[in-house]
Amino acid sequence: MKQKAPVSISSNPHSFCQGCAQGIVNRLIGEIMEEMGTTDKLVVTTDVACGAMNVEVWNFDTIVGAHGRPIPTATGVKKVRKDVLSVAHLGDGAAYNIGLAETVHGALRDDDVLVLVLNNGVFAMTGGQTSATTLVGQKTTSSVKGKRAEKEGKPFHVEDVLGKMDIAYLARCSVDSVPAIKKTKKYLKKAFEKHQRGEGFCLVEILTPCPTNWGLSPAASMERIRNEVIPQYPLGEFIDRGGEE
Amino acid sequence: MSKVLMKGNEALAEAALRAGCRFYSGYPITPQTEILEYLSWRMEEVGGEFVQTESELSGINMLLGAASAGARAFTSTSGPGFSLMQEGLSYIVAADLPLVVVNVMREGSGLGNIGASQGDYWQVTRGGGHGDYRTIVLAPSNVQEGADLMAEAFDLAEKYLHPVLICSDAAIGQMVEGVELPEMKEHDINKFDWAVRGCKPGDPIRTIQNIYFIDNDYEAHLLEKYDKIEKNEQRWEMVQTEDADLILVAYGISSRMCKEAVKEARAQGLKLGLIRLITLWPFPNKAFENLAPCVKGFLTVEMSTLGQVMDDVKLATGCKYPVDHYGSMMALPEADGIIAKAKSMLEEVGK
Amino acid sequence: MGKVSVTTDRCKACHLCIANCPKEAISPSGKVNSKGYEYIVVDDEKCVGCGSCYQMCPDYVFEILE
Repeated sequence: MKQKAPVSISSNPHSFCQGCAQGIVNRLIGEIMEEMGTTDKLVVTTDVACGAMNVEVWNFDTIVGAHGRPIPTATGVKKVRKDVLSVAHLGDGAAYNIGLAETVHGALRDDDVLVLVLNNGVFAMTGGQTSATTLVGQKTTSSVKGKRAEKEGKPFHVEDVLGKMDIAYLARCSVDSVPAIKKTKKYLKKAFEKHQRGEGFCLVEILTPCPTNWGLSPAASMERIRNEVIPQYPLGEFIDRGGEE
Repeated sequence: MSKVLMKGNEALAEAALRAGCRFYSGYPITPQTEILEYLSWRMEEVGGEFVQTESELSGINMLLGAASAGARAFTSTSGPGFSLMQEGLSYIVAADLPLVVVNVMREGSGLGNIGASQGDYWQVTRGGGHGDYRTIVLAPSNVQEGADLMAEAFDLAEKYLHPVLICSDAAIGQMVEGVELPEMKEHDINKFDWAVRGCKPGDPIRTIQNIYFIDNDYEAHLLEKYDKIEKNEQRWEMVQTEDADLILVAYGISSRMCKEAVKEARAQGLKLGLIRLITLWPFPNKAFENLAPCVKGFLTVEMSTLGQVMDDVKLATGCKYPVDHYGSMMALPEADGIIAKAKSMLEEVGK
Repeated sequence: MGKVSVTTDRCKACHLCIANCPKEAISPSGKVNSKGYEYIVVDDEKCVGCGSCYQMCPDYVFEILE
């Protein structure tokens, strides 16, 4: 089958680290936009960290939001332009640390916004500090002996907080392998279609690697997702409102 | 159009809608909450969107999104809530976004109290958030002027692609006066090509961002913008300054007490004048040019313990005159007190 | 003409393609691209055009031609 990365995400060079999966997620977004015929309807609000470098990459209209606030900003866009697809693009630090209130209240209001959380378990842009999703025992530059549950808390699970709320979609997926990436595309596309129909708050968390801050090769980082992260962060759809049981 | 009786806060809210504003996101805090309450039902009537957000942080950043998409948008807050909005305001300035933020000033640092005060002058005129910036600041002194300035604030914001603050206070916000509301106007959300809306493949993409400083001419752009605003937008009102021995300088609710003080003082043979600031930034430096030779000094009258306007009066006059301050952050200045302070200041100057 | 077109200048030598190629058809080329990375090379004899490299590559090096 012929396959070529869409121009919307591939025509500009990007400066992400070797093995960073931002490019994989971008390709999925670009392909889904082509398949849905909505490339010209997408407006993405990024957070300030690594993801903000995407504004140089994407051939979409974009906003660089403040740290932790892309969800309300993307909501503001959608409120005044009902015809756009409004995506908030964040990392785990933005969505679950500094912006947790915005994540929860966006869900509580069931705002028409599609939230993508690229969860790599660290504050990557600032050099790999502990985030809400850092695993217990994982060494970071701000927990040099490993994260301690009794001091820094246990890893945050978005499904524990949003799992029983009345929102359109909540899912977790991964990019660690070809089948995982294909499944991620399926979830993402479902979320985009729900968003296009104005069904409410959609959040897709994608487990991504950070080879630079994990101190692992790109391939070993994908293995770590498989062997260490997924066992603690189960994949799947937690909420699919109106979908098949 | 005939006059209606309205509370200052509600007149601001209605005037914003009549200026074509169709988006509001904010959080309750006294003494501005009537703006939010009014818009919670009135915004729907005009087909706009109202969101009571989980915090001022969320409110200002939702506003950023709506303005990025081209809508006329505003929020309102007071004191502690205004402080929470500073990060967002800094981003909004960096992104060259036109929108309006109302600060109905309350008392004190910290929680302070809900009564009228004017302690946010430095915060509104010096940027308030991080980085090099200032915002246009309009200071109404009555309900009518609040409504008029609100209508104009959006035009100014769009003229300079810059946020405009309306600096009101609890007294003007809570008082009920007759007001002639501006005509209802429509705003075209596609007025500006830079507003995000989705980009056709091959067309130039739109990016609302705040990392422009990678552009070589960014600083030149900044200097030109601020220079233009300073040259074109200074606003003030002169009251009997031509033969004044001492000129009062005030804005907002304090300026109303000053007008009374000027009248009473003159009845007693004391020649006071008043420069009422309408823009706090740009500071009306032009008002302090070509002063009559009889002027012996300036007295700022403000609801502040430290006398925040004094710095700007000294700068505007090249430190050539004595400048003093009268007022308390906790109580409205009264004419008698202003006159007594003016007399003692003139005696001091005369020595 | 192989089943895959390779834009070597995009390659950052992350080797995710090598780790995920079911036919072990991809290997380092021994040559360096304009960015300074030792880019990969596809063995057309072994390649079946399954698209695994296209799926894994974060840098859009691969285009599947058939």
